[in-house]
Amino acid sequence: METLFDFLQTNWQELIFKAWEHLYISLIAVFLGIIVAVPLGIMLTRMKRSASFIIGIANIMQTLPSLAVLAFFIPFLGVGKTPAIIALFFYSVLPILRNTYTGIKGVNENLLESGRGIGMTSWERIKLVEFPLALSVIMAGIRTASVYLIGWATLASFIGGGGLGDYIFIGLNLYQTEYIIAGAVPVIIMAILVDYVFSIIERKVVPKGLKGMKEVA
Amino acid sequence: MLKIEKVSKIYKGGKKAVNNISLDIKKGEFICFIGPSGCGKTTTMKMINRLIEPSEGQILINGENIMDKDPVQLRREIGYVIQQIGLFPHMTILENITLVPKLLKWKEEEKKERALELLQLVDMGPEYLDRYPHELSGGQQQRIGVLRALASNPPLILMDEPFGALDPITRDALQEEFKHLQRTLNKTIVFVTHDMDEAIKLADRIVILKAGEIVQVGTPDEILRNPVNEFVEEFIGKDRLLQTRPHLELVLQIMSRNPISITEDKSLTDAIKIMREKRVDSLLVVDEQNALKGYVDIETISEYRKKATFISEVINTEVYSVNQDSLIRDSVQKILKRGFKYVPVVDHHNHLVGIVTRATLVDIVYDSIWGEEESQIAEMVEMF
Repeated sequence: METLFDFLQTNWQELIFKAWEHLYISLIAVFLGIIVAVPLGIMLTRMKRSASFIIGIANIMQTLPSLAVLAFFIPFLGVGKTPAIIALFFYSVLPILRNTYTGIKGVNENLLESGRGIGMTSWERIKLVEFPLALSVIMAGIRTASVYLIGWATLASFIGGGGLGDYIFIGLNLYQTEYIIAGAVPVIIMAILVDYVFSIIERKVVPKGLKGMKEVA
Repeated sequence: MLKIEKVSKIYKGGKKAVNNISLDIKKGEFICFIGPSGCGKTTTMKMINRLIEPSEGQILINGENIMDKDPVQLRREIGYVIQQIGLFPHMTILENITLVPKLLKWKEEEKKERALELLQLVDMGPEYLDRYPHELSGGQQQRIGVLRALASNPPLILMDEPFGALDPITRDALQEEFKHLQRTLNKTIVFVTHDMDEAIKLADRIVILKAGEIVQVGTPDEILRNPVNEFVEEFIGKDRLLQTRPHLELVLQIMSRNPISITEDKSLTDAIKIMREKRVDSLLVVDEQNALKGYVDIETISEYRKKATFISEVINTEVYSVNQDSLIRDSVQKILKRGFKYVPVVDHHNHLVGIVTRATLVDIVYDSIWGEEESQIAEMVEMF
């Protein structure tokens, strides 16, 4: 316990820096995931044939061991933050993609027909009907992805991506418990906090009319 | 204003959902498409706003072929109401009502003004503007659904069983309200339903469809009086045919005027004699002033033959009667539903004046089904 205290006293500035590094690596990856997976998910709902195929590929990607993926990018992208972010991005795609697809698919047929019948273009239907109605499901996917990624971002340290993983691996190598704890505990706290922040965002963005409704469309 | 010319819809695999339908709809007319499921009524309606594209023929709105127009543009000029209401749960009532104006890029104040104006039409106050659909009752939701279709003031409105999901009382109220609204606003309406009562109540003209083809077009009255074939008759229902015989309205007009009756002071032997003579199994019992008291039937008489002497001792006073001025449809329903063999008819002082039996009903049904056909045949014979 004392050693941990000493450790914090001498290293707190570095710890904060590592935590910050960790956070932005994960969040950039999530952000990239949103940019790619949400439009892709919406697109997939328009092409029934290829949808299951593409989601299948995303599923397979998810099962690849994360260390292997990180290592895989080294020959192409070298080491550092960029390959780490890109590898993590691949992991964020699936939960967001799947939730976007299911969310949009789950929008009531009648509402879509109603939208078509009153003269909405395809884009207006996505913007005014499907996306707002699917938003709570999409947000759930984003939250899942961000919690995963904060955990996996510890592995970024392996390829020189930095972050709190550095402490954990130093701790493992040197058999120094305080390093491991100093790395792991902030990761847990960060995951919880980020999830909480996203839940607030979710409450803000999900249309008001859907609250208090049992069945979302 | 709306002209449907030889329109067919053929799906892949050659299935004809709609086959060669032609129809002219005038401005301000309320048209009901009716038929069993799969008859093509909804398909025909959806071809009007190109939710389904016709395979053959053309549809003209005010002389303009709908295929020459942009479908999105076309749909914005035609109101559309669906059965499941189709209000967007994430939008307020204001946003829902003014959706089409929004698509047409109206100004914010114009939209709000229009929404208030429309709410007034259905007696709903401005407090509803900021509510969400799930906070409203089913009837209110469908009212909003109708208002949404009216928002940009389209001359033509398509409705796909809009009141189908409502409870009977709400449906009734909404039908009336809507019919009134349609007359005031002079909208042309194409309304799909499978409920004949609804069609009769609302339509100026009813279009009866079967297997993708028009079977009969006419005003409710024409269809009720002259159904073209068995299918239409069946669809209308025998019950309604009876009710709509125009010259037959009161029980007075159809009852047989010589009910077989007996006074209560007569003996059972007399009763049996009368029954045998008139070949009936029960007698209506009256007092000296001919006021209805009850009835006796052959079963009761044979049961009490040894114990009782007079009718008054065995009379069954639980007799159901109808007034001579009541409507035929009511008494017909009673006879049919309660399984009576006959119903005595009385005047206002409960004096027996006649009787309606199942035989009477047979006569009416016969007349309504074959009576006019016979006279038509007679007319045709004269023509040749």
